[in-house]
Amino acid sequence: MGYEKSRQLAYKVRRHALDMTSRGGTAHIGSIFSMADIVAVLYADIMHHDPKNPKMPDRDRLVLSKGHAGAGIYAVLAETGYFPIAELETHCQNGSRLSGHVSHKGVPGVEVSTGSLGQGLPMAMGMAMAAKINHQDHRVFCIIGDGECDEGTVWESALIANQFGLDNFIVTVDFNKIQSITSVENTIKLEPLDQKWASFGWHVIRIDGHDHEALHRAYAEALAARGKGKPIVVVADTVKGKGVSFMENDVLWHYRTARGEEYEKAVKELEAQKP
Amino acid sequence: MRETFTRCLQEEARRNQNLVLITGDLGFGVLFPFMKEFPERFINAGISEQAMMSMAAGLAMEGKTVVVYSIGNFPTLRCLEQIRNCCAYHEANVKIVCVGAGFVYGTLGMTHHATEDISALRLLPGVTVYAPADAVETEAVMARFLTEPGVAYLRIGRGGEPIFHQQGSLTGYETGKAVPYCEGKEAYILTAGGILSSAIEAQKLLKEHGFDVGVASFPTVKPIDAAYITSLCEKVPLLVTLEEHTIVGGFGGAVCEVVSGLKANRARVVRIGMNDLYSSIVGSQAYLEEYYGLDGKSVANKVQAALEGRL
Repeated sequence: MGYEKSRQLAYKVRRHALDMTSRGGTAHIGSIFSMADIVAVLYADIMHHDPKNPKMPDRDRLVLSKGHAGAGIYAVLAETGYFPIAELETHCQNGSRLSGHVSHKGVPGVEVSTGSLGQGLPMAMGMAMAAKINHQDHRVFCIIGDGECDEGTVWESALIANQFGLDNFIVTVDFNKIQSITSVENTIKLEPLDQKWASFGWHVIRIDGHDHEALHRAYAEALAARGKGKPIVVVADTVKGKGVSFMENDVLWHYRTARGEEYEKAVKELEAQKP
Repeated sequence: MRETFTRCLQEEARRNQNLVLITGDLGFGVLFPFMKEFPERFINAGISEQAMMSMAAGLAMEGKTVVVYSIGNFPTLRCLEQIRNCCAYHEANVKIVCVGAGFVYGTLGMTHHATEDISALRLLPGVTVYAPADAVETEAVMARFLTEPGVAYLRIGRGGEPIFHQQGSLTGYETGKAVPYCEGKEAYILTAGGILSSAIEAQKLLKEHGFDVGVASFPTVKPIDAAYITSLCEKVPLLVTLEEHTIVGGFGGAVCEVVSGLKANRARVVRIGMNDLYSSIVGSQAYLEEYYGLDGKSVANKVQAALEGRL
């Protein structure tokens, strides 16, 4: 199979996220599962970062613009050593700093707080612009949702990043095809999504967002595109709820919390896929 | 005020290598000297205020002092949530500048009338709000606006406004301080912004009619100078607030919040401003001020009526 490190991490992100949302009675498990492989690959093998030194000046930055999948980021940060794994148990509990939508306050490794869609992306763009002004080498990664692409600021940012040639800016669209009420197709059509970004002047890579080999290749290509003067977007075709059969491609799991038998079944399915 | 702003901005940019200016495609001519001197620190984000404001926060998170320049309601109401979430919550060093306070762009129509911005910005935790009255106040405020940490909002006119204070008289100005203009024994007219001109004119007219009314300007609306307001309440029974802005939640509202919390010596507060409405007529700034009762004569009449118990 290969890519053991990222596969292991992706498994752990899903496993933690299931427990965190079940314990907290919170939503968005489908959105977390769809991006689990993406964040795992980035943190395991692509990004230059140091959990012991979260503010290291030359670290690569990652902004989760689809902030509702915050549990996935907390899980990956805890697993990679930014804070104790035990703290994940406080997710969405009274008085916790681990909010449902990702928060940076007091949480090592989280660059910025998001939750209102279409805001993390331009914030990340500002960070990429600062790196350009400062002649710094680090990269800024940003993950956005497909439903988020309905926001005007996504396309404002697409125009601006192109204008300023931000080739240190690598955006991934978690294209799981389902948004809040129904499918993307039946809400606000996005296809041909890769062509849209290309027409905005971006270097576009389209891949299966659950294929670790493809993800590694995509990010290698993205990093190699540095110096070409174009921002990079990885359009990752994903499955909402990926990893648990009854959650996959079902909008219900944008909201529902797995409890009781559903929880047990989901645990069993995930553990069967453990790398 | 605008010329003072650009001059102070450039001076600070020479001192602070991390200062970056972003414009929402406005400032033709005005910003050219900055562009020329600091091309690598000038960003035109185009006509996309919402992305611009989030981007400013991102730049600030990387250690920049980011000045965001636009006019009217574009850098405020248009991107209010971005100011809240991306700038204020992140305690980002983002300095928002609105040229076109009140009816500065009076002829351009209601979209360009900035008459609710103080209320909107004032309600966000962590945002300092400045509304200087003239070039002297602007210069005094700029020293704070560009150097104190966090999000700040500066609301100024377009330029060519009268000067009320002596040049250099406000050096060392501290954020949150009112600037007394003249003392009075019967009432005070309190103002924020260029409308101070009407208060001064009203004070003169009232004096001619035998009323001893003081005037004070508030270059900082948030934090409001509660100590000064409290001291006035101990001195006079009537405070009249005047602003080229809605009377709902703005400068007058801020004064009311202070006064209503006092245990004793609560002065009556009469607010003069836009009475919870938009202007669907256009005209020069002076014309609209008069039309809406914000000119010196109208203000004097209102203060006199209040003093005589007719209001």
